[in-house]
Amino acid sequence: MTEAVLRTERLCKHFGGLAAVNEVSLEFFSDQVHAVIGPNGAGKTTLTSLLSGDLRCSSGCIYLDGKDIAGLSADRISQRGVGRSYQKTNIFLPFTVFENCRIAAQSRLPSSMRFIRPALAYREVMREAERALEQVGLAGRGQEPAATLSHGEQRQLEIAMTLATRPRVLLLDEPLAGMGSEDSARMVELLQQLKPSHAMLLVEHDMDAVFALADRLTVMVDGRVLESGTPEAIRASAAVQEAYLGVEEPQ
Amino acid sequence: MSHSRTTFVLLACLLALALLPLFAEKYYIQLFTKMMIMAIFAMSLDLLVGFTGLVSLGHAAFFGLAGYVLAYAAPQYQAADLWLSLPLAMACSGLLALVIGVFVLRTSGIYFIMVTLAFAQMLFFLFHDTKIAGGADGIYVYAKPVAAIAGWEPFTLENHVHFYFVVLALLALVYAGLRMLLASPFGRVIVGIRVNEQRMRTLGYRTYRYKLVCFVLAGALAGMAGYFAAAQFGFVSPETLSWHQSGGVLMMVILGGMGTLSGAVLGAFGMILLELGFQGLPVVGGMDIGKHWQLLMGGFIVCAVLLLPHGLLSLGRFAPRWRRKPVEAAE
Ligand SMILES: Nc1ncnc2c1ncn2[C@@H]1O[C@H](COP(=O)(O)OP(=O)(O)O)[C@@H](O)[C@H]1O
Ligand SMILES: [Mg+2]
Repeated sequence: MTEAVLRTERLCKHFGGLAAVNEVSLEFFSDQVHAVIGPNGAGKTTLTSLLSGDLRCSSGCIYLDGKDIAGLSADRISQRGVGRSYQKTNIFLPFTVFENCRIAAQSRLPSSMRFIRPALAYREVMREAERALEQVGLAGRGQEPAATLSHGEQRQLEIAMTLATRPRVLLLDEPLAGMGSEDSARMVELLQQLKPSHAMLLVEHDMDAVFALADRLTVMVDGRVLESGTPEAIRASAAVQEAYLGVEEPQ
Repeated sequence: MSHSRTTFVLLACLLALALLPLFAEKYYIQLFTKMMIMAIFAMSLDLLVGFTGLVSLGHAAFFGLAGYVLAYAAPQYQAADLWLSLPLAMACSGLLALVIGVFVLRTSGIYFIMVTLAFAQMLFFLFHDTKIAGGADGIYVYAKPVAAIAGWEPFTLENHVHFYFVVLALLALVYAGLRMLLASPFGRVIVGIRVNEQRMRTLGYRTYRYKLVCFVLAGALAGMAGYFAAAQFGFVSPETLSWHQSGGVLMMVILGGMGTLSGAVLGAFGMILLELGFQGLPVVGGMDIGKHWQLLMGGFIVCAVLLLPHGLLSLGRFAPRWRRKPVEAAE
């Protein structure tokens, strides 16, 4: 069996007395979608932030390609090929839609300590930004200020920015939340296309999307992993049905 | 404003400044020289405040230090070599910015304001309380720097018209250079840092490095301004390092309009002209209004900030225009 691209080992994050993430051990493989579901406050966003370096873990390990990256800063983790999107839209509101993606793509230049040539003269960066906008269905909207986009479109831009950094590992925190059904369907299709070349963490409440995409499914409750396995196994699990899916067990 | 319009206004301003010495008296030429020097200083601070989002209240440290370097570089009662002392002064200011930046850039927001102020005050007291450079009395720069290249002098700073044109050329150069910088990948990064630093990090930028480079650059440019201010005034005192000076230049940037280079220039010109205007007010009914100019200045700034949140530059909105364009997206 191939080695996991990304793996956590007994990962913990405490906020004061609260264990937001508690002893979580998970694996992410290339060309697989690992979905994480759970009620609000389960610690899904906190887990994503630990993996992206936005938060430092209290204890435990995170291995990327077998190397411990716990404690590395967010920029270093990003440069190693991990890209994340945010549940709460986190874009550059005063910039144009295109500039949002362009600045994301520019991060893949060997260095941005370039002072003379105009940023817009870097063709490769421009193409990459254009491509990301096309992927999420925002082509042609590039020149609008990001602030004037609808909530759903801002969600699409959020994903486009993450894609523009060309990550190998994608950490998507509720990418479909706030999107209309049409855009949602397009996004599911896009994620399906990205699957073969990416390791993906998908935090999502939309169960149809989760079951359409996920190769593995983990249920978190109160910071802990309640159950982890194939989607079929999880669907059948009594504990999960009780705790999360809310389905009554047949008598 | 549309691009062509902006370019037109800028070229017109440049032309007006270039023609000024033809008909202005010495007093006004020197006044405008001073305003242009302060405009360079204001642009250097705007790079931090308006573009990178770093509100520094200690920017005079770099301005003042360069003046002291000039004073030191000149042998007693003799002139310094411009080609040596100017780069030296800018390098010293840049180096000081590097040292200070390494510490202060680990903080942000109100703490950043506090520590930049604290560092500048340390430097102020170093020059004020010790005898290394005349203490509180300051130190004279007896002669203006000489710009000789192998015995040939292309211009002499002792001549106030030459001095004016050198400063005008530098103002144009710094403006053009910063415009280029802001359009470059580096420029886009610092603006991104101002808007959303955390997202810049997740996108893979080591924001600390970019902020540090920017801080050093701004320090060196403030040094350029401080050097010429000292050369023009012929005297350097700890006041040039004081927080009054830092606050004054910050006020210029805010008054003119943060985040635009022309705003910083406008702010510098505006503040100095207003100061003179208020000082020149007559005695009315036994009250010397001019003497209390600072009161009027304060009132004016309060009104300006309340009525024109984007600075004097936004007055341009009321100017007649040849061509209307829909609102452009920032950046
Ligand atoms: N920065 C923080 N400081 C304190 N508590 C936090 C912080 N972030 C999240 N929490 C808490 O941690 C728990 C998990 O939150 P979160 O990871 O956002 O859950 P989810 O994304 O699954 O809804 C919640 O109880 C939340 O209140
Ligand atoms: Mg969440």
